[in-house]
Amino acid sequence: MKTRVPENRARNMVRTAADHLATGLAILATVLVVMPLVAIFFYLIYKGASSLNLAFFTQIPKPEGEVGGGMANAIVGSGVLLGVASLLGIPVGIGAGIFLAEFGRGTRLANAIRFTADVLNGVPSIVMGIAAYSLVVVPMHHYSAFAGGVALSIMMIPTVTRTTEEMLLMVPHSVREAALGLGVPNWRSVLSITLRTASPGVITGCMLAFARVAGETAPLLFTALGNQFWSVSLNREIAALPLQIYIYAISPYDDQHRLAWAGALVLIVLIVLAVSLVRYVASRGILKGAS
Amino acid sequence: MTVPLSEIRIRKPETAPDPSPEITRQPAGHEVSATATPAVSSISEVRRYLLSRGNSAFADKSFRTLMLLCGISIFAIVALIATELVMQSQLSWHKFGLPFFFKFNVDPETKLPLFWDPVNGTFYALPFIYGTLVSSLVALTIAVPLAIGLAIFLTEMCPRFLRSPLSFLTELLAAIPSVVYGLWAIFVLIPLLREHVNPIFIGVFSAPLAVKLLGWTHLVGDDGLFGGVNLGLGLLAAGVILAIMILPIIASLTREVMTSVPNSQREAALALGATRWEMIRVAVLRNARIGIVGSIILGLGRALGETMAVAMVIGNNPEIHRSLLSTGHSMAAVIANEFSEATSDMHRSALIEIGLALFLVTILVNGLARLLVWAVTRGTPARVN
Repeated sequence: MKTRVPENRARNMVRTAADHLATGLAILATVLVVMPLVAIFFYLIYKGASSLNLAFFTQIPKPEGEVGGGMANAIVGSGVLLGVASLLGIPVGIGAGIFLAEFGRGTRLANAIRFTADVLNGVPSIVMGIAAYSLVVVPMHHYSAFAGGVALSIMMIPTVTRTTEEMLLMVPHSVREAALGLGVPNWRSVLSITLRTASPGVITGCMLAFARVAGETAPLLFTALGNQFWSVSLNREIAALPLQIYIYAISPYDDQHRLAWAGALVLIVLIVLAVSLVRYVASRGILKGAS
Repeated sequence: MTVPLSEIRIRKPETAPDPSPEITRQPAGHEVSATATPAVSSISEVRRYLLSRGNSAFADKSFRTLMLLCGISIFAIVALIATELVMQSQLSWHKFGLPFFFKFNVDPETKLPLFWDPVNGTFYALPFIYGTLVSSLVALTIAVPLAIGLAIFLTEMCPRFLRSPLSFLTELLAAIPSVVYGLWAIFVLIPLLREHVNPIFIGVFSAPLAVKLLGWTHLVGDDGLFGGVNLGLGLLAAGVILAIMILPIIASLTREVMTSVPNSQREAALALGATRWEMIRVAVLRNARIGIVGSIILGLGRALGETMAVAMVIGNNPEIHRSLLSTGHSMAAVIANEFSEATSDMHRSALIEIGLALFLVTILVNGLARLLVWAVTRGTPARVN
């Protein structure tokens, strides 16, 4: 009997040591994950802020090798592309979300649509570019802002659909029944009562989708193509912020690298603003009047 | 147009979008059938009754159809993408067939394998598949332990005040665009790897003892995993940047799966005298393992399709070398680089065929991962995003 005690003590020491080791490793992993994030933000601010100036926001790119210039056309171009994408993608996404939550609940069709949306969410962005190229650029015979908008809108749809559905499912049945009981037609009840109640959550989903496609470069490479000059026409090539960052990042000129960092800083500030806004809105309750 | 005044007064509320109950006329049988149906579905009996009343049937039906069309359009999009990819890649498929993915020509002068030469019309996709697979595997090797460690820390160990900021930080990591990762990798990560990290690996892998013991594996020494010229650019750099990019996806899904393990399991383990680590191992990780595998596969799916950051650091060289330090190419990167400047229809078609392969592989990988994650978390409410 006596000999068992030290044995147990040794075993317990091993167990405690393993526990501490696991805790240490988990903390180490967390630090290692946070480190690149801090590094990326440090470099973005350090290199980007020093290159930001008024010209960046007001001028168009200078010819290769010349110093100076800005990305005004790319910022406006990104706005145009995202506008087209939102106009095309958000209504379809919300509509599909309404179908899943209000009409198709529990049906096979709804499950299939949900699964397809998740699959579409995982399709690489470069493949979306090829799809938009074949569907829009080939029939039109030229690159255009519209083609870029179509590519981005396809990428927005699954996110908008899934969040809309999840938000609508949170609206209590009693709200719908109250509306119907007052004699409101079903379509009106869905639009003005259910969707309106869930609107903060739905807007959050749209912002998430927006933030996701705002930084996409790959689907624009051979749809919007990029443009060194002013253009807001949907029918012509258009510049975009991420595209311009890519072109400048792989160019051999130091001054263009400087502009690439500034562009990346502007892009990331916009995206972080969108994400923080989403978190702020979400923290105030995703249903109207629920907070 | 002699309509009695009384008729108008009755009809007006009917056609208005807001019919009041006392004016609506409904066949009696309709109501009976509605109330007689037991409330088996998610729609309650009350709601079924309410829906059967009113005379907005046409508007309701059109609205429903419109929403159904929106839903169906998601199928249509996926089907359109698939058909377009198949149609546009016909040219290359008919010329090269299945060997497109594994064959190569031999250069008559240098006797080296020749995979991809747009000028002479040689298009074989093997180096891109190799580059995609190797960089994704490197990424998973780095990202999986870190992501699981982070998820364990966040769900089981983290003090409450740190949890929210840390999960916000990892969310931010997921929100950074690919091209910004690429920019950072070109100017920060690659010099770091070239000057500080790679020399360590080269030192270890070319140490005389390692070469003597493991030389037969061809993984060490000059022709091993870390042989050749140290450029910084290459498969290793692509793997590292991919690891940083897929970390948040794996970590957040793993966290979700681990959170869905019921607390009673943890309490049972602790009550039996387990230490915290034993509790995590026995109660949490074991219960969540299928979901964790699912999240890893989802991360793999993301890594396979990632384009811009890889295109910026992998070196864009359509050759196959064993060394991780050598430059390579990936499926997504070659499309990004060459598509808009494709020299011929065959070149473009071959690129689209690579895109089709990428599309099919990511659909398979994502479908599998979704099934696994769904199998574990189906009892719990779904996550936003």
